[in-house]
Amino acid sequence: MDLLNIENLHARVDTPDGQEILKGLNLTIKKGEIHAIMGPNGTGKSTLTKILAGSDEYEITQGSVNYNGEDLLEKEAHERANEGIFLAFQYPVEIPGIATSTFLRHALNAKLRHNEKEEIDNLEFIKLLRQKAKTLKISDEMLKRPVNVGFSGGEKKRMETLQMSILDPHLGLLDETDSGLDIDALRTVAEGVNYIHSKEKGFLIITHYQRLLDYIKPDFVHIMVGGKIIKTGDYKLAIELEEKGYQAYGV
Amino acid sequence: MPATEETIEQVNKLGKEKYKYGFVSDIESETFPIGLDEEIVRRISAKKQEPEWMLEYRLKAFKLWKAMEEPEWLKPIYEKVNYQDLAYYSSPVQKEKPKSLDEVDPKLLEVYKKLGIPLQEQEILAGVEGAKPIAIDAVFDSVSVGTTYKETLKKAGVIFCPISEAIKDYPDLVKKYFSSVVPISDNFFSALNSAVFTDGSFVYIPEGVDCPMELSTYFRINAENTGQFERTLIIADKGSYVSYLEGCTAPQRDENQLHAAVVELVALEDAEIKYSTVQNWYSGDEEGKGGVYNFVTKRGDCRGNNSKISWTQVETGSAVTWKYPSCILRGDNSTGEFYSVAITNNHQQADTGTKMIHIGKNTNSRIVSKGISAGFSDQTYRGLVKIQKSASGARNHTQCDSLLIGNECGAHTVPYIENRSTSSVLEHEATTSKIADEQMFYCTTRGMDEEEAVGLLVNGFCKEVMQELPMEFAVEAQKLIGISLEGSVG
Repeated sequence: MDLLNIENLHARVDTPDGQEILKGLNLTIKKGEIHAIMGPNGTGKSTLTKILAGSDEYEITQGSVNYNGEDLLEKEAHERANEGIFLAFQYPVEIPGIATSTFLRHALNAKLRHNEKEEIDNLEFIKLLRQKAKTLKISDEMLKRPVNVGFSGGEKKRMETLQMSILDPHLGLLDETDSGLDIDALRTVAEGVNYIHSKEKGFLIITHYQRLLDYIKPDFVHIMVGGKIIKTGDYKLAIELEEKGYQAYGV
Repeated sequence: MPATEETIEQVNKLGKEKYKYGFVSDIESETFPIGLDEEIVRRISAKKQEPEWMLEYRLKAFKLWKAMEEPEWLKPIYEKVNYQDLAYYSSPVQKEKPKSLDEVDPKLLEVYKKLGIPLQEQEILAGVEGAKPIAIDAVFDSVSVGTTYKETLKKAGVIFCPISEAIKDYPDLVKKYFSSVVPISDNFFSALNSAVFTDGSFVYIPEGVDCPMELSTYFRINAENTGQFERTLIIADKGSYVSYLEGCTAPQRDENQLHAAVVELVALEDAEIKYSTVQNWYSGDEEGKGGVYNFVTKRGDCRGNNSKISWTQVETGSAVTWKYPSCILRGDNSTGEFYSVAITNNHQQADTGTKMIHIGKNTNSRIVSKGISAGFSDQTYRGLVKIQKSASGARNHTQCDSLLIGNECGAHTVPYIENRSTSSVLEHEATTSKIADEQMFYCTTRGMDEEEAVGLLVNGFCKEVMQELPMEFAVEAQKLIGISLEGSVG
């Protein structure tokens, strides 16, 4: 069974004169695969990840999305999250007054409850959190800070990776995770992804730059232009893109 | 946004959790006939076996009240109370005042058990290291039904008992301080209270004593068609400290119920009083029918130098809330604080805030007010910072933030600043915001459903106030916030 199967997906912004952003997108991700999507700005890459995560800002006008054989579009955002889809945001928003550790505990417990398991004991959770935080070089002090408040771009991306490692999703959607990161941070994030990845999981990485793909080896690279995927290849395609730019693809 | 409307619909379809304190207890009670005249005032005083001076005070108040007009400057609109249509005294029938909790009617104890109030003395709060145990005075309608830990407190010299007892047992103390903070004709509702108050708590902390326990009074209105007029007086003598918690609930009824309390706090030199309230009076149903009118006069007098009084409140109930816990900063270097979270949902209305009156030198006041409006509710923060000419070096910091959930609710801020001193520093910040869609999406993509997300975001918004609450109250208050916002998402 495919992990994710998108067929002929059309979507528009859900406002009275909302534009169509996705114009017939097809994509299949099998378990164990890492896919990268590259493409010029404004082509719908971020929109795709938001739609997959369940944003109600968009209206689906045509097409289908199946996750593990089930209709994904029927499910609400929190259900999708609890069933193993994780979206690492490009611009993570701030949540003042709520410590990162508290926030994550709520998130993890929501998932456990959804899957009819017992909530995690507070002390157990702190242990788990500290352990994962250490591997991502995130200090204890950062865990006490309110979610994303006063974090640099790089710190925010590291936090997204930490959240992902705690929630342990089956399908990770990384929206330009590498933007704003220096080499060290990039490597840390990549290590985090590689650590989680397994034969049972899948990743969809949206990126502009080939260098992240030096650290996270994709199985497939897609070029997205005008709301759909126009070319698919392996990681060599990313190198070609870096050398030739998007003009080679009629952009 | 169409998507958001969908959410509102979805949430409305969900069953809303009923006000879980809405049960009525079938307890045999003795209730005075309805109506208010001099005879009733005398009867209340006689029932309480009060000395002559107290009766005289009540009669004077009653006379003054009759000549006063009910104020109408507040923003909320409500159906006026017919003062002749209420009973002014109701108490559960007890043969004799019980000497210990073992003698209290088990049916009454059951009520408090159901409410989650531990009337049996507990040595240590389960699993919480270093927390002080809590002594509780339970007030049911017009009477106190029991006070825990009286003996332990007596050893420390602390007096914690119903005010009806204090009037008889400690008349000199009471006479010295009673009505010294809220004068007899202060306002319409306090005058009424002064005539017909039935019970409440009396606390006296002797010089230099750090009260070994948290003191708490739990108010429960049960009988129908009655008003509840409690009176509380707390005195912290020189160098002493006390933390006091007040909790309140009432059953679900179709008619409005009136709760007009008066709380007076007196802090002498170097003393500190911390007063916390978690108010969850029945707030009326989704249509706005019924609910308690919570019209309260609370005032603290920082009488001595270096004294401190802080008010912390979480107000989630009542159909109409009208109260301004205030501080008179008389002593030099005295401090007044006001931390408030007020939540209104459905058709609730609140006009609340504080008054900080700076009189002494180098006084300091801090106001943090967080208002959350949802549903069709309306909330007003009304605050007064008054710096008198004598108050050189006064400092005030005010922060009032409003959070709106949905498109039908309202939040208003009415700050008054009167400054007659040339050497004072006042800072005022105010924000109004809506729960951002991005924040909601961030929470839902982490697996929390929308109600949990709203609860979390609101708790974050109220953090500064919540952390002022004593631990046990903080946990309850957080849960209460979640419950009072149910059905508000949108």
